[in-house]
Amino acid sequence: MLAYVVRSIMQGLIVMLAVAFIAFSMFRFVGDPVVNMLGQEATLQDRAELTERLGLNDPVPLQFGRFLMNAVQFDFGISYRQGRKVSSLIAERLPATVELAVLSAIFALVIGIGLGVFAAIRRDSWLAHVVMTVSLIGVSLPTFLIGIGLIYIFAVELRWLPSFGRGETVKIGWWSTGLLTTSGLKSLIMPVVTLGFLQLTLIMRLVRSEMLEVMRSDFVRFARARGVSERNIEFRHALRNTMIPVITIAGLQLGGVIAFAIVTETVFQWPGLGALFVNAVQFVDIPVMSAYLFFVAAVFVLTSLMVDMIYLALDPRLKSGPGAK
Amino acid sequence: MSSSPGAAAAKPEPSRSMLARMRDSDIWHSFTRSWITMIAALITFVLIFSAIFAHQIAPNDPFNLASLSLLDGGKPPFWSPDGEWRFPLGTDQQGRCVLSSILFGMRISLIVGFLGVVLAAVIGITLGLVSGYLGGTVDSVIMRIADVQLTFPAILIALLIDGTMRALVGTARSEVLVFWVLVVSIGLSFWVQYARTVRGSTMVERNKEYVQAARLIGLGRITILFRHVLPNVIGPVLVIVTINMALAIITEATLSFLGVGLPPTEPSLGTLIRIGNEFLFSGEWWVVIFPGLTLAALVLAINLLGDWLRDALNPKLR
Repeated sequence: MLAYVVRSIMQGLIVMLAVAFIAFSMFRFVGDPVVNMLGQEATLQDRAELTERLGLNDPVPLQFGRFLMNAVQFDFGISYRQGRKVSSLIAERLPATVELAVLSAIFALVIGIGLGVFAAIRRDSWLAHVVMTVSLIGVSLPTFLIGIGLIYIFAVELRWLPSFGRGETVKIGWWSTGLLTTSGLKSLIMPVVTLGFLQLTLIMRLVRSEMLEVMRSDFVRFARARGVSERNIEFRHALRNTMIPVITIAGLQLGGVIAFAIVTETVFQWPGLGALFVNAVQFVDIPVMSAYLFFVAAVFVLTSLMVDMIYLALDPRLKSGPGAK
Repeated sequence: MSSSPGAAAAKPEPSRSMLARMRDSDIWHSFTRSWITMIAALITFVLIFSAIFAHQIAPNDPFNLASLSLLDGGKPPFWSPDGEWRFPLGTDQQGRCVLSSILFGMRISLIVGFLGVVLAAVIGITLGLVSGYLGGTVDSVIMRIADVQLTFPAILIALLIDGTMRALVGTARSEVLVFWVLVVSIGLSFWVQYARTVRGSTMVERNKEYVQAARLIGLGRITILFRHVLPNVIGPVLVIVTINMALAIITEATLSFLGVGLPPTEPSLGTLIRIGNEFLFSGEWWVVIFPGLTLAALVLAINLLGDWLRDALNPKLR
């Protein structure tokens, strides 16, 4: 079991190291960082000074080491375009993205599991067929089309919901939240649905197929033979056993939520990290790009590590490990 | 994987025509049994056909500045009272015909998607063959890279490669470059799946007698890999190509929608949706809804075809 944990952590570290190297190469070799920071008109002396100060004359491995040290402390230098520290830019945008992503994940999990169980138990009802067809369309629709469709219906035609921004936010310490005001909550609805929809359909289909599988297994048949009520079988026996793969996939899908948050934030002009990143790509703002990359990689590695641990807690078969059968 | 469906179809007496043999095949049978697949195939065919012949079909030329008139701007589709038959699906603010823009945009979307998938397949198949055949250090290096890349969603990788390449080549200068930047971004984001599949089957093929025989008569590694192993591992790749085609089109559309894809002067469906989105609030819904529906229909149809192909080629499901 310990070996399993250690291996997961090692794998995470290797991924982080690889990502850090890519981020470093982007900063160091894509364009000239000195020219990017000082502009074209700087004097030769200014340039030489900055080159020295950034340590660009040192050997590359040493530079990479320094980059790593800074990255661990989340210091990515100064944005080329905005002239501010990248870390403070990210801290400013973080709450918007976290609130959006977490709510979307909860939305996708709750509705996805609910619909999946329904589609499995009442698999021949017409409503289950409708749900399955809609989910097939949902898998194919690009995220931004869903967003635009929602905006057209609920903001342009019906005028029920705001079409962009976070609404009013309240500051709690450095964290700005939209969860405490009516306009903030209203602004959240459409982005959350847009971002959660793809995950919802994936989770729903997974829960349905897993559930159908489990319902055919021997222990369910024995439970039936013992006279356990159908409801009890469905929720106490079947659903529990479907949860293991669902949690794995849902955890890994969190990465998808973050990636597609870029699209959702652009559609709804949501002031989060994704919008920051898209702007950075458009204007080739390398420090922001590499910081975002590093941040996202860290989130990915941490979630997959967490998924591994939950897995371990849920599935007793893994605890003994391959050595001790 | 040597028993591909093509081999199964070729089993009856060779004197019969290809058409008759095709009608007898399992694939054709499962195709005609599924209504949804046939509709999806029809939609895909019609869309691809109209994209190829966009120049002949399109009622107007949306890129010819001389024929554009601001007086035609903002016209609704033909069924509303202000609509005109000249512009069946209406026009945007500049007086560009929406239907014609969609036809040309779809053409670009399809070309970028197709080239991206082909590039991804070429990279993936080559690396998969090499990795599976050589094994050892080469194998573990390639597979570790694949693992790291697989941790991240393809769209993120594509965005990142797109951004980096834009910085390297300075895309502000030329539209042709933007086009190829997109193709390469898509190619580099989707190769992993091919590499893994091909590596798996190559490792099986590597130890078979025909490979040993080829090695024995002194053929070079490259000849063995590409002339002898490749034809035997290519089957499953075709399914991935179909499913990836839909993904590649979505990826291109998303990048263009985010403003890091094709420019408005050479719009793909994604660019059209991005432009149209700005007019949504002035009530001109048709400028964005029609390209959106086209994209959705195209992707859904290709996805359905891919799903069917996967099931039809899977011997376990027969």
